[in-house]
Amino acid sequence: MKRVYVHEEWCLGCHLCEYNCAFANSGLSDMVKALKNQKITPRIHVEEGGKIHYAVSCRHCEDPMCIKGCISGAMTKDKDGTVTINHDKCVGCLSCMLLCPYGCITTDENETVLKCELCLKNSCGAPACVQGCPNRAIVYEEAEV
Amino acid sequence: MMKYVIIGNGPAAVSCIDGIRSVDKNSSINVISKEAHPAYFRPLISYYLEGKSKAENIYCRDEDFYEKNGCETVIGEATALDQDNKTVTLKSGDSIVYDKLCICTGSSPFVPPMKGLETVENQYTFLTIDDSFAIEKAITKDSRVLIIGAGLIGLKCAEGLRDRVQSVTVCDLAPRVLSSILDDECAAIVQKHLEDCGISFSLSDTAERFEGNLAFMKNGGAIPFDVLVPALGVRPNIGFFKEAGGECGRAIVVDNAMQTSIENVYAAGDCVEQYDISFGEKRIMALLPNANIGGYTAGVNMAGGETSFDNAVPMNSIGFWGLHMMTAGTYANDGGARMIEEKGENFVKRFFIKDNKLIGFIIIGDVKSAGIYTNLVRNQTDLSELDFDSLIKNPNLLPFSEKNRRKTLGGVV
Repeated sequence: MKRVYVHEEWCLGCHLCEYNCAFANSGLSDMVKALKNQKITPRIHVEEGGKIHYAVSCRHCEDPMCIKGCISGAMTKDKDGTVTINHDKCVGCLSCMLLCPYGCITTDENETVLKCELCLKNSCGAPACVQGCPNRAIVYEEAEV
Repeated sequence: MMKYVIIGNGPAAVSCIDGIRSVDKNSSINVISKEAHPAYFRPLISYYLEGKSKAENIYCRDEDFYEKNGCETVIGEATALDQDNKTVTLKSGDSIVYDKLCICTGSSPFVPPMKGLETVENQYTFLTIDDSFAIEKAITKDSRVLIIGAGLIGLKCAEGLRDRVQSVTVCDLAPRVLSSILDDECAAIVQKHLEDCGISFSLSDTAERFEGNLAFMKNGGAIPFDVLVPALGVRPNIGFFKEAGGECGRAIVVDNAMQTSIENVYAAGDCVEQYDISFGEKRIMALLPNANIGGYTAGVNMAGGETSFDNAVPMNSIGFWGLHMMTAGTYANDGGARMIEEKGENFVKRFFIKDNKLIGFIIIGDVKSAGIYTNLVRNQTDLSELDFDSLIKNPNLLPFSEKNRRKTLGGVV
């Protein structure tokens, strides 16, 4: 399957991926309306310290711990391997957050659990963080295994 | 062709089916289920009462799961196991032959004898979805509910019922709430929050005797109620296994392959005790992730594959009306662990370190990215390899090596 991969050495730490993610998942067509004066809750986040920057989002693990721990059946892997969350089933217990080894699960101000679903459920159709990354530090491709 | 038999039909059982089918697509699987429901997520029974889970959304798998996987489900209860003839006898008298057996019988509520309990008309334990349905029928907007037991089950029941009844009172002989997972100080924070949310407590106190809808308390008071929920704990359903001579402690003892002391018999879920790497001893870790992993592991091994579940630790995430708490591993000050604490206005984090490894933690409030800590516990990571002090404040991947991040973020994990 195609996944999002991050090349730390190319990351500029510009945080554009976070804004593009929040916009893509806002359901709005106007970026200004979606982001201006809004507290954004992107599903990708940049971690940084000193000269190091890199983005982190769901790894769509082969054997995802978030699914093993999900108490409601909300977290599932579809046949392509994408790990998705069904908000009709999620009860917000945050077991997925307790179990994700990479810190990739987040919540918005209403405590809705959010995670990267590769923009396959929104109108973007392919990861917005990748499309908007100015230095190609985030890519969307088949694994080089 | 093999004959697989699974006793029980919860998350561990369906994960066991997945495990079997990952290796053996054709042999028959018999599932013996005590409850007349497909496998459902037990923790959802309180969310059902609260209105957060719809009854049709509680099931572990799609409707056609059993059919698709060639499973035959029998409603019944196992009463005997004959290891020589490899048969399981049911309450109905029927017996079922197995080549490989997995016991996923879970646990049952434990209600100790209490004087006059039989005079209480509306009393319900709280462990099955049918319990939820029954409680739902018994309550009205004016009901006063008394819950005996301030553990996970009792408090989740309280949360589920608060908005549907007049009052919820919880009593417990222990001096604090969630005494099995929280220490005094953390428990006090949670109790205060629950009180602010409208739950009343009577701790270090319990119902000693009943006269109809009146509970006479150990400390001398009396509490009137309309509905009583005894939530004093559970006991694993292991009687038939024990009688067959299988090794048990407080539950069925399994190794990392989820095999019991009886050949060809495996077990998983709430009815087992297995090695807890954070504790260094076998113990019951009746939690959903462990049921899923253990069940799957058992299934693969039953079908001739080879896998092990060798990093089991207790892991718990629970929230009440916006206050979240997470715990993992072993977190008592006994056994020579050192505690590091990080506190703020709205959160407490307590880390327990032994032999330079994180063996457990309690977090209340700021639970963001706590999985990074859980992973350190499960992997028994040597903390001298990373900057743990910075992780305490901010769980992220920065304190790990670049090589580690390249593997994690630049590859398939």
